Amino acid sequence: MLSFAVTAGAASALDLLAWSPPGWGATLVAGLWNTILIALGAYALGLLIGVAGAFGKLYGGPILKDLLAVYTTLVRAVPELVLLLLIYFAARDALNNLLNIYGYGPIEFSGVAAGIVVLGVVQGAYSTEVLRGAILSVPAGQIEAARAMGMSPMLLARRVTLPLMTSAAVPGLANLWLTVTKDTALLAVIGFIELTKATSLAAGTTKSFLTFYLAAGILYLLLSLVSGVIFGRIERWARRGQRNAGGGGI
Amino acid sequence: MKDFLKPHRLVMIGIALALILFCAWKLNWSWLPDYLHLIPLAIWRTIWITVVTMSLGMIFAIMLGFAQAAGPAYLSVPARIYCSIIRGTPLLLQLWLLYYGLGSLFPQFPWIRDSFMWPILRQAWPYAVLALTMSVAGYEGEVMRGAFKGVAGGQLEAARAMGMPRFTAFRRIWLPQALFRALPTIGGETVLQMKSTPLVATITVVDIYSLAKRVTQDTFIVYEPLLILAVVYMVMAGLIVLLFRWLENRIPSRTA
Repeated sequence: MLSFAVTAGAASALDLLAWSPPGWGATLVAGLWNTILIALGAYALGLLIGVAGAFGKLYGGPILKDLLAVYTTLVRAVPELVLLLLIYFAARDALNNLLNIYGYGPIEFSGVAAGIVVLGVVQGAYSTEVLRGAILSVPAGQIEAARAMGMSPMLLARRVTLPLMTSAAVPGLANLWLTVTKDTALLAVIGFIELTKATSLAAGTTKSFLTFYLAAGILYLLLSLVSGVIFGRIERWARRGQRNAGGGGI
Repeated sequence: MKDFLKPHRLVMIGIALALILFCAWKLNWSWLPDYLHLIPLAIWRTIWITVVTMSLGMIFAIMLGFAQAAGPAYLSVPARIYCSIIRGTPLLLQLWLLYYGLGSLFPQFPWIRDSFMWPILRQAWPYAVLALTMSVAGYEGEVMRGAFKGVAGGQLEAARAMGMPRFTAFRRIWLPQALFRALPTIGGETVLQMKSTPLVATITVVDIYSLAKRVTQDTFIVYEPLLILAVVYMVMAGLIVLLFRWLENRIPSRTA
């Protein structure tokens, strides 16, 4: 009796997760794809902000330094969910006001773009701190030598600081990538259909909550395991030529 | 203080004050008196959830960390798998899995429905506490693993040479030193934990975040409750940082 129930349960779970419409497999995978897209975009935006912010914090003028300190402190002290709502509404209203001034009608913010902007701004604060620490780990003599050779600041950053800081930055950046893949789940709260929201839709419709949430958990886990392997490779590459070469995982 | 008040900072403080005054004058605060009496309880809920889950989670984290740092394989491997699973999936998903998944499973069993636990299991907060505690255990277990491994071997050898029983050595030497080492990290993680409490509002637990959402639903005012919310969380984060700085200063540290 019990084994019958178990096989029936397994069969129905497979039916539910099947690819074509009575099953929800395609919906979940589409959600996962959205999650990866937003995570990649937000991570890239965060890195851009982070590089600029880290150099600004270290070499900028007093006003820029203080503004960046305010930015990183604010973003790191307020919950991501609250920031998400604030930035989402503020960015939408600001954009529509701007369009209004130039005589265009209001546009609907695409979920992917909103997610990327919002999570990117949050990520930027964290990567600023990670990259600042990494820049500080570059031996001062190297930078002084480059200055003594008459390198311009941009050339110095490109040829000396950035290559030398990568190995120190990679572990922190790997953690940030894992954070951003998980933070995309917060977009479910504002109704954007990424993996968590797709899962809750499927679960709510079919009433098989455990099946779908466990399936989504496995997808997230696979994503972070694969990321761990990739970042391990990147770390080994960044540490090439250093002693104690070795990669990390999650 | 003199270092802090440079001319450009005075200008920036002036701009910030002007911004605050602008918000106070121009934005719509008419809703505030109606909801003022609900705010203390909601803030207390947020603090309560943070403190309870952090304390419970740390107890499990110490066990998980110790199992990974010094335990036999049949303990360390499951502990490592547990930490990887918790750290590899979003907290929101874990929360919904427990609340909707377990919550939908329980009513099928008559003996659970008839038990004395049922009135508690029907509410949302046990699932919130469970999910946040499990999350703390997973993240902090990893922190404690590093902390246990970081305690100098000579300290433990000295304890053994003094003939200390193993549990006494753990209680007096290993655990305190590991906790001291981990304290700055735990402080940062407490802020992160406080910042993840608004997620419990998605399973109908009433904390300060869900109060702000209720204001928006009742009055269609969007920005003002969110701004108040941001200020409340910032103050709480600042207090946590100060608390841990005070704790760190109280500990006579010669290990570093």
